[in-house]
Amino acid sequence: MATPVKMNRIGLEPQIYKGGKTTLCAGCGHNAISERIIDAFYEMGIDPKQVIKLSGIGCSSKSPAYFLGGSHGFNAVHGRMPSVGTGALLANHKLIAIGISGDGDTGAIGIGQFVHLMRRNLPIVYIIEDNGCYGLTKGQFSPTADLGSKLKTGVVNDLPPIDTCALAIELGATFVGRSFSGDKKQLLSLLKAALAHRGTVMLDVISPCVTFNDHEGSTKSYAYAKEHDDPVEDVTFVPYFEDISVDYEPGSTQEVTMHDGSKLYLKKLEEDYDPTDKLIAIRRLHETARRGEFATGLIYIEPDRDDFLTLLNVVDEPLATLPLDRVRPGREALEEIMEGLR
Amino acid sequence: MSPTDLAVQQQQARSGAQRVVNDFSIQVATVNGSGSQTANMVLLRSILLMGVPVSGKNMFPSNIAGLPTWYTIRASKRGYIARKKEVDFLVAMNAETAKEDVLTLEPGAAVVYDEPLKLSALRNDLVFYPVPFDTLVKPVCPDAKLRRLVKNMIYPGILAKLLGIDLALMEKALGKQLGKKAKAVVLNAAALKAGFDYAEANFTKQAPYSLEAMNETAGKILIEGNQAAAIGCMMAGVTVVAWYPITPSSSLCESLIGYMKKYRVDKDGKATFAVVQAEDEIASLGMVIGASWAGARAMTATAGPGISLMGEFAGLAYYAETPAVIFDVQRVGPSTGLPTRTAQGDLLQIAFLSHGDTKHLMLIPCSVEECYTMAQDAFELAEQFQTPVFVMMDLDLGMNNWMADGFKYPTAPINRGKLLTKAKLAEIGEWGRYKDVDGDGIAYRTIPGDGLPASFTRGSGHNAKGQYSERPDDYVENMDRLNRKFATARRFVPKPVVQTNPKAKVGFVGYGTSHFAIEESRDQLREETKVETSYFRLRAYPFTDDLAAFVDAHERVYVIEQNRDAQLLQLMKLELTPDRQKKLQSVLHYNGLPIDARSITDEVLAREGFDVAKKTATRMSAGTAGGE
Ligand SMILES: Cc1ncc(C[n+]2csc(CCOP(=O)(O)OP(=O)(O)O)c2C)c(N)n1
Ligand code: SF4
Ligand SMILES: [Mg+2]
Repeated sequence: MATPVKMNRIGLEPQIYKGGKTTLCAGCGHNAISERIIDAFYEMGIDPKQVIKLSGIGCSSKSPAYFLGGSHGFNAVHGRMPSVGTGALLANHKLIAIGISGDGDTGAIGIGQFVHLMRRNLPIVYIIEDNGCYGLTKGQFSPTADLGSKLKTGVVNDLPPIDTCALAIELGATFVGRSFSGDKKQLLSLLKAALAHRGTVMLDVISPCVTFNDHEGSTKSYAYAKEHDDPVEDVTFVPYFEDISVDYEPGSTQEVTMHDGSKLYLKKLEEDYDPTDKLIAIRRLHETARRGEFATGLIYIEPDRDDFLTLLNVVDEPLATLPLDRVRPGREALEEIMEGLR
Repeated sequence: MSPTDLAVQQQQARSGAQRVVNDFSIQVATVNGSGSQTANMVLLRSILLMGVPVSGKNMFPSNIAGLPTWYTIRASKRGYIARKKEVDFLVAMNAETAKEDVLTLEPGAAVVYDEPLKLSALRNDLVFYPVPFDTLVKPVCPDAKLRRLVKNMIYPGILAKLLGIDLALMEKALGKQLGKKAKAVVLNAAALKAGFDYAEANFTKQAPYSLEAMNETAGKILIEGNQAAAIGCMMAGVTVVAWYPITPSSSLCESLIGYMKKYRVDKDGKATFAVVQAEDEIASLGMVIGASWAGARAMTATAGPGISLMGEFAGLAYYAETPAVIFDVQRVGPSTGLPTRTAQGDLLQIAFLSHGDTKHLMLIPCSVEECYTMAQDAFELAEQFQTPVFVMMDLDLGMNNWMADGFKYPTAPINRGKLLTKAKLAEIGEWGRYKDVDGDGIAYRTIPGDGLPASFTRGSGHNAKGQYSERPDDYVENMDRLNRKFATARRFVPKPVVQTNPKAKVGFVGYGTSHFAIEESRDQLREETKVETSYFRLRAYPFTDDLAAFVDAHERVYVIEQNRDAQLLQLMKLELTPDRQKKLQSVLHYNGLPIDARSITDEVLAREGFDVAKKTATRMSAGTAGGE
């Protein structure tokens, strides 16, 4: 008897979700994130032909070449992926967009486009592969480097970091999380939930750069991340197409119903945390940072706010492929305009 | 005191002024934000309604209210619509500029002015018509707050009487201008009449200028170039628009939004387009590239500063081979230069915009008709060649009122270029994103969601299959194919319009809005000095092959441009042989005002060895120079 082939709910094998061979350094956190992205798309049963992968410039931004080989990808210019993604989704709002950026790509050159992407609540999963440095240009500090963090050369960062999660919440993103490339389970749950969300998902994933920022004194090293990861809750994600009921004690777990009917079960850890409350979320981010730790998990969610494409109220079909008679007004229209100008 | 200056009356009587019919310019000097634009449009439109060819140009400051602004209206029985250098009839409403405005007039000109400005003492070779505007407006407009605006509707009434415009026609123009605002129509019509009656009661006609009905404007429209381009974009089936406000391009997107809301929204209220006001021009072009990449017809409009910001993305689009339509409504210099004045100063910047080896297609409309047609051409070419296409307008074209025939409905269907289909895929076997299947340098592309093979789009480092590659041979192959594609484009961009005169030793090369001044200048040269000229009106970059032939056919070729550095001439030099280059000379105009025929004529005559008594340089005419 032949072994049954492993397939997901739309009948595709895991192989389909893989990409090209990575050219990043062995052990780079970015590779681990690519693996989880592959798993998440496979498990969610999303057709790669409907997916677009977008990125800016950096080691992190190269990684879309290493997952979902059957999807269209666009490696844009440094820090400007949000605009390219926005345009693509305007053209075809049926596409599922995932954008990969770096902490430099987002926090420095791209901070302007990042801010406006968050504001617009564009339906995209935006991931910052955050290593606190510029990998591709060989290890300079990035704007997410923590105060006091040390470069290999001994140079100490004396500027405060930008907390991209706090910023995203403040600006209007409707799904904001933080995770660590080494935490397979949490990252996968967050990614799957992200794919079920309609609106801007912003995930900041600590992703150590083994070549330039994994030493003692760095606050973005594997060792540091492992020791200072402080989850705000335990995330269980149940997609709408899985008939699983989760038993939980009321009071200890918060249930969130997502746009597509999927469910999130957020088991409270040591304190009462409510990720639907902006102020609680931002306070928690600041408190954790003050202790020298970083809060992970689903930090903030607003499951039902209208996304940018809904606000634009465009026709149901993709704009890109509307036929001529839908996009060129008739002769009478031109004649009416001309008459008005006479 | 008599309302008209006696000394002048005597002078006029001595010189026995001849009647000048349907051939003069009016300049209205006001303060911006004072409602004068409506008054000027009423004046302009009523001349149009008389059947007399007319054009209007606004010279305005970079400011919202309180600074000087001039509006020129030119009536021309011969149909000349370029700016006329000389002002024949001045309406002086602005205390700040009135004195200088009067001092720079040619002898014999007429001046309607606000009486308290006491201008008649300044010169004795002009005709003065003082009008007590403040006294006249009071009974017409009881609401003191509105008076400042309504006051400006008096001068069209005065001019109606002095020039011979039927008041009923002017009221019709007013109705057209104000539309449904019934109260405003009544108020302003009263102001028109007050002006007309005052002139009738107090002035005897002194100045020679007058209007007489013609039949030259039947069916004509009055439109700004930005509006014309917007209509073209809508007819081209644009679906995604991303923009960032900047004068003089904003009204292109704003009127496009207006038209699209009216004609591109389905019955259920859903739009067949999306417009985004982006955070800056970098994002505008990024959105256009993303949208084009995903298969939409996408565009943006900007001016020079925006183009500078778009540099990096323009290069990416060139190499990634995504379509993009970019309107550059050119203006003078940086944001703190003369941002509300016109120029043709972005040609060189755009031809090679970005880093590495890049070159871009440019379409150069001269008229509102061409704004409309070239907007459509731009989308076709951008998709056909999978590359950015720049439409090079300028402030004069984009923001001024031009008379034109009604636009023709496009008959050709839309051509989306080489989009791969299942059938084509079967025919060519293996698809590669950058594979030159047809030998024209243009590869087939697929778009996300079409179910066909996908590709990973990036800048230059790719092979024909679209895979990442740093191999020297792959790089060279790609660069050479891009060159082939550019060469193919020569055959498809709008052809030049060439008027060859076999008797002419002198050839003119010009483009864009210089066209109308060039045509008029050629008439002046022929009629005043019997100098015959040929004329090559360039309409696109890359150049078509006939440019060299034109240079060969003439002894001297004057390249006429509205910039300081002879930007087109520089581009021509890159393609012409040294002996042809030697024939080129520049005629340049760069003072922020639209180029005029007289400046060209004088400059060319001087170069041709005629003794041109140079007129005293006026404030408005500085910055015209030769080069090369
Ligand atoms: C306009 C521009 N400026 C500078 C660069 C050089 N550059 C390439 S990647 C990079 C930083 C990338 O850092 P990050 O986004 O954190 O990515 P990482 O490599 O760390 O994953 C820089 C500055 C560039 N490509 N473009
Ligand atoms: S340099 Fe750092 S970020 Fe870049 S691939 Fe290597 S480990 Fe990863
Ligand atoms: Mg980084």
